[in-house]
Amino acid sequence: MSLTLLNAVVAVVIAIGFAALNAAYLVWAERRGAGRIQRRPGPNVNGPFGLLQPPADGIKLMTKQLMIPGGADKALFMVAPVLAMAPAIMSFVTIPFSGSIVAHSMNIGVLMIFAFASMGGLAILFAGWGSRNKYGVMAAVRAVSQSISYEVPMLITVITIVMMTGTMDLKELALSQSGGFWNWNLFPSLSSPLMPVAFLIFFVCTLAETNRAPFDLGEAESELVAGFHTEYGSMGFGLFFMGEYANIVIGASLTTILFLGGWGCPFGLFPGVWWFLLKIYLLIATFIWIRWTFPRTTIYGLLNLSWKILIPISLFNLLLTAGLLKVF
Amino acid sequence: MGAYFSEIFRGLQSLAIGMGITFKEFFQPVVTVPYPYKTIKMSARYRGHIELIENEEGTPNCVACGMCQRACPSGCISLASKSVEYEVEVKGEMKTKKKKVLTKYNLNFTTCSLCGSCVESCNFGAIEFSKEYNLASSRKEDFHFDLLERLKERNS
Repeated sequence: MSLTLLNAVVAVVIAIGFAALNAAYLVWAERRGAGRIQRRPGPNVNGPFGLLQPPADGIKLMTKQLMIPGGADKALFMVAPVLAMAPAIMSFVTIPFSGSIVAHSMNIGVLMIFAFASMGGLAILFAGWGSRNKYGVMAAVRAVSQSISYEVPMLITVITIVMMTGTMDLKELALSQSGGFWNWNLFPSLSSPLMPVAFLIFFVCTLAETNRAPFDLGEAESELVAGFHTEYGSMGFGLFFMGEYANIVIGASLTTILFLGGWGCPFGLFPGVWWFLLKIYLLIATFIWIRWTFPRTTIYGLLNLSWKILIPISLFNLLLTAGLLKVF
Repeated sequence: MGAYFSEIFRGLQSLAIGMGITFKEFFQPVVTVPYPYKTIKMSARYRGHIELIENEEGTPNCVACGMCQRACPSGCISLASKSVEYEVEVKGEMKTKKKKVLTKYNLNFTTCSLCGSCVESCNFGAIEFSKEYNLASSRKEDFHFDLLERLKERNS
């Protein structure tokens, strides 16, 4: 597809719309799901099943006054929420929802998504540093050390996949797994028998990269008030919130494309965008399920998990796959 | 090395067990009550503020003996009575008798500590704990209850 101006504008509008809609209704789904798990109804007053709760929340956030704390670094303070949201929207540009629904397919799609994903850490650092708040700075330091240590096993796992398929184009990655679930990267193949473990590592890293519980140390309410967005109100907070949920959608999409065959049907029938959406929403439901099951880890436990378990195992998987690819 | 892998394995196992529990809870019925729309019945032993008990004629059981007033450690009960004469038939002839009738029974709930001494001290079964819990106001006058008035309202 050629990248004309019209195409670009339409793609951006659709990406923003998709991200915003998902962010709004994933909050609703999360609150309803949390309610069910804790055996309470969740938001159910506004509209049928509480479906009008997200617009109400949005209006509330947008009509509030934006407060900038005294002594804060104004430029960084204002830039941080936008920087949290923008990379998430940018990543939607290259994600293929099906063989034909993709804004701009590029041959280094995987690399681009990871490049933008690492900007999320920068946004958190800006927010924590710019708001001149001790809790903010502490949370920012934690969140950055967390996202750096979890990027390593994540990228090693992605390198394994890229070595097996020989492409960084997300579309080709998904196509290489088409036909049926036995072709998915999730299942062990002759050249890479440890693929389920790699999937588990990637999944855990996605949780940690999106700052989701049980790895939400960046906003550990019990010890850091609200973490890096302590000083944010109104739509500044709203953008962080939307960015978090947009990142969850990106993470689920990436997991789907890398491991679960993208838009391919598990039985080789009717491949299309509906299978892709079904898979990502199942993954997101699992994210929500995990969040409301496990308590928050400590920062030491978190970093130990990455450096002592995930990185060695993913490195071993990388070496094993490299060796077996040479053999077969 | 074995301990390293067995620790990972046991950790994963415990995570799976935890997720199984929340999965089961997800499909259980909701246990909370949406308060303003639905309320649960208060238990028999719930202690609200005190309330007068009426007899069959709709008048209070109270004989205005004042035991509750004396039993109250914080002095929040004040009552008044008057004597009325009434006639009863005893062994075929009419006799005039006197009895005390309650004219005022005020409870100052702002100082009440809900100790229940008044209910314990009552020998005539005239006061009980109410099941009222929707008590909120910004004026303290709202907590000076006229229990006689409340009894009339209940009956009307």
